[in-house]
Amino acid sequence: MRIRTAGVVAVLGLALAASGCGDSGSDDKPAADQSAKATGGKLVIWADDKRTAALKPFAEEFGKENGVTVEVQAVSKDLQTNFVTASQQGSGPDVVVGAHDWIGNMVQNGAIDPVQLPAEQKSGFNETAIKAVTFNGQLYGVPYATENVALIRNTELAPEAPKTIEDLVATGKKLKAEKKATEILCLQSGQNGDAYHIYPLYTSGGGNLFGTTANGDYDPKDLGVGKPESIAAFQKIAKLGEKGDGALKRSITPENAISTFTGKKCAFLVSGPWAVADAKKANIKYDISPVPGFAGGKEAQPFVGVQAFYVAAKGKNKALAQEFVTNYVTKPELAVALYKAEPRPPALTAAFDQVKGEDADLAKFSEAGKNGQVLPAIPAMAAIWDPFGKAEAAIIGGADPAKTITAAGKTIQGQIK
Amino acid sequence: MSAPLSGPGSATQTPGREPARPGLPRTSRTARNHAPITATGLVVKVVLLGLVAGIAIWAAFPLIEAGHWIGLGVLAATTAGLFYLYLSRRHIPAKYLVPGTLFLIAFQVFPVLYTASTAFTNFGDGHRGSKDDAIVAIQTSSVKQVPGSTEYNLSIATKGDPATGSLVFLLSDPKTKEVFAGDAGGLRKLDAADVTVSSLSGKVTAADGYTVLNIGQASGRSDAVTALIVPTDDGAIRSNGLTRAYEGKAARAYDAGCDCVKDSETGKTWSADEKAGSFVAADGERLTQGWKVDVGLKNFSAVLTDPNISKPFFGTLAWNFAFAIGSTGFTFLLGMAIALALHSPRMKGTNFYRVLLILPYAMPSFAMLLVWRDMFNTDFGLVNNLFGLDVDWFGGSWSARIAVLLVQLWLGYPYMFLVATGALQAIPRELTEATSVDGATPWQSFKAVTLPLLLVALSPLLIASFAYNFNNVNAILFTTEGGPFAPDNPRNGATDLLITYTYRLAFGAQGAEFGLAATVSIFIFAIVATVSAISFRRTRKQEEVYS
Repeated sequence: MRIRTAGVVAVLGLALAASGCGDSGSDDKPAADQSAKATGGKLVIWADDKRTAALKPFAEEFGKENGVTVEVQAVSKDLQTNFVTASQQGSGPDVVVGAHDWIGNMVQNGAIDPVQLPAEQKSGFNETAIKAVTFNGQLYGVPYATENVALIRNTELAPEAPKTIEDLVATGKKLKAEKKATEILCLQSGQNGDAYHIYPLYTSGGGNLFGTTANGDYDPKDLGVGKPESIAAFQKIAKLGEKGDGALKRSITPENAISTFTGKKCAFLVSGPWAVADAKKANIKYDISPVPGFAGGKEAQPFVGVQAFYVAAKGKNKALAQEFVTNYVTKPELAVALYKAEPRPPALTAAFDQVKGEDADLAKFSEAGKNGQVLPAIPAMAAIWDPFGKAEAAIIGGADPAKTITAAGKTIQGQIK
Repeated sequence: MSAPLSGPGSATQTPGREPARPGLPRTSRTARNHAPITATGLVVKVVLLGLVAGIAIWAAFPLIEAGHWIGLGVLAATTAGLFYLYLSRRHIPAKYLVPGTLFLIAFQVFPVLYTASTAFTNFGDGHRGSKDDAIVAIQTSSVKQVPGSTEYNLSIATKGDPATGSLVFLLSDPKTKEVFAGDAGGLRKLDAADVTVSSLSGKVTAADGYTVLNIGQASGRSDAVTALIVPTDDGAIRSNGLTRAYEGKAARAYDAGCDCVKDSETGKTWSADEKAGSFVAADGERLTQGWKVDVGLKNFSAVLTDPNISKPFFGTLAWNFAFAIGSTGFTFLLGMAIALALHSPRMKGTNFYRVLLILPYAMPSFAMLLVWRDMFNTDFGLVNNLFGLDVDWFGGSWSARIAVLLVQLWLGYPYMFLVATGALQAIPRELTEATSVDGATPWQSFKAVTLPLLLVALSPLLIASFAYNFNNVNAILFTTEGGPFAPDNPRNGATDLLITYTYRLAFGAQGAEFGLAATVSIFIFAIVATVSAISFRRTRKQEEVYS
């Protein structure tokens, strides 16, 4: 009896094991069949949710044309971190889509390879976009869209575009006194600040983040935060803060800035192309103009960010990934489709010209970003965001600019290796 | 899962027989022979063992592929051990203990050991992989097109079979219309008569002696295409995708002789620094791509000596205790008070109230934390608007602390209410009635009878709640994000818990630093373990008193 039981158990166990094995075998088989049919290559692309939807039809077409399998996978959260971690383990994609300020970190982790674009292809792109994806003298991605903030104003409340921040504050105060609005300006800060949105005012006040090296790259050794110019800039910003004009407030957060504007509680909003859809939905009559600077100050320069395609260094099908990124992504049709999925100005000049006619906002955003500064992609930039934002929030709340910015500069300096 | 597997003597215990006490040796020969083997038991056993074998085989292939022979050995030994254990009739206690022990090792011991070992390295952004990875990354990222060189149209071809034949690049120069064949041996010009070049794409579509691959076929041999480098006088021709090729040159190369990286353009060298895991030049410049090395106790000394980390550490620790005790204590007090109120026999409509009170518990806490964050907004928040206040809740240290505790109270009291209700129903009413017969006031009876009995049942839950809240990342990150921050210290906020503080130190600046994060979490682990050990010891004493 005992031996029989053990025998039955063993045989059944083995049978199940074999079936388990058979399962994995049958998993492999269709793939092998398919590859025999499609003759091989499989391309895996990682993008965020929105872009995945826009990319899918094009990726499938690329697959059909070339007899390869293309998979577009949506990574809805922490795409960059997940990509770097996965590529380290060898389970990453062949192509990844993301913002250009990831480049520094992806390069230091050996996660992406340079892209070789011939000169005539390069010249088809917006110059700023090409500059943004260039890091240490190498081109690391193929850009498809640019983005920057601008001043969006409710034309019913404020028909004229303000020339200076002082004009804007005066108009806002008047509207507030007339009870037509409750806030002067919707520029998101929150309790921890927002370096991206305050940046035009910071540059207009004379501040910078990094100096530049001889060849025009940002120099992490020459930190601008904590220098007298940055303190002067924040002294001007402090005057707009809660203890001053009340134009900048910590209660205006990333979550409520756009909704406060669409709720007609403020006439001015500093935001990017992503806010336009909400304004349209709320039936707001709006116009877009560059973010104004301080009277007598420097130019207000917003950050210009670029969205790009990258070739993974540890992808399984690098040659195909290069083929896709350099020869397929550079087609205007794809850029137009991505624009339709999310209205950011295409980086490809041909595509931009094509959609410019149907969308007047696009040209206005692009105009507002014309004098913008490329968001630094150097790894040292990661050390800026948090301390800079918190210093901004503290100063808006009434802290002493000199003391706060000096401390922030010290913290950032300590973080930069 | 262990019970049905144990076979004899467990599920089929005959009624009336003394239940086996753990540790008591049983002369089980007789018992074993008497215990019948049920069909269900057998099926369950077969299915589970089959699963074990299936999982083992599934896990074996990747291990073999990666050449992890130690891992494979451990896998084989574990699987064989499991089969032996559950197919033999001996080792009854082990049958119960082994599954739990395996899970303990896999999900508790291994992560703790892994974290501890990470604490001694510089693992983080820029130092994730091995030195070889870093060298490959440095070399490939320095490949540049040779200035003024030709961009070729590329066709990938083989000699012989498309899937196995050796690869050849068929390169056509778009300007001169010349065609070359290139492989690892170098570049050869082909006779124009032997090749067909498409006038549309400029690519070679056919060539004598070669099989031209289409993109699909070529992409199937992607690795070989990327690996094929055709040497030239100025550098090498590399593929750029599958339809183009360029002449490129790696400016930087690793030299094993000096263990350094040399730049052929500028002549600069970067020597390997094995202590830091980076290539460093004489002027102190580092190459961005580094590798993972052991740094010994550097992370530990950084935690203890870096004033940025150690100075706010104790303040944060104190608030962390206050937060955990406050969250647990206030929720317990409120939950218990409501449970007592609803437990009173004079109370009407208790079920309705109970449903209402459970509601906060039924809502997803993630969403609720975000809603509360917006409700505490100074200008637009419900709290200020409703009460006509103008408090900058998250702007002041104490108001922010009060606010997070209020949110915790709202989120946590239904749980305490639930468990207190359950525990109250388990306390016999006779006990409280007896005290009232003895002339005790309700307060005295609560203090002397109900509360101690409640605490016996709830102490372990309170400790668990304390330990959970001690590391409650969400409660802080979704509301104040650790703020408000002092203007002169953006790294440590008034409501920071140790865990959110660690998170900011490790991931907030300059990319992820897993080594440092692991070190701080070891400190936190030590603190929580000590607190839990002390409290459990106290609980045991208490149980001895009241049981």
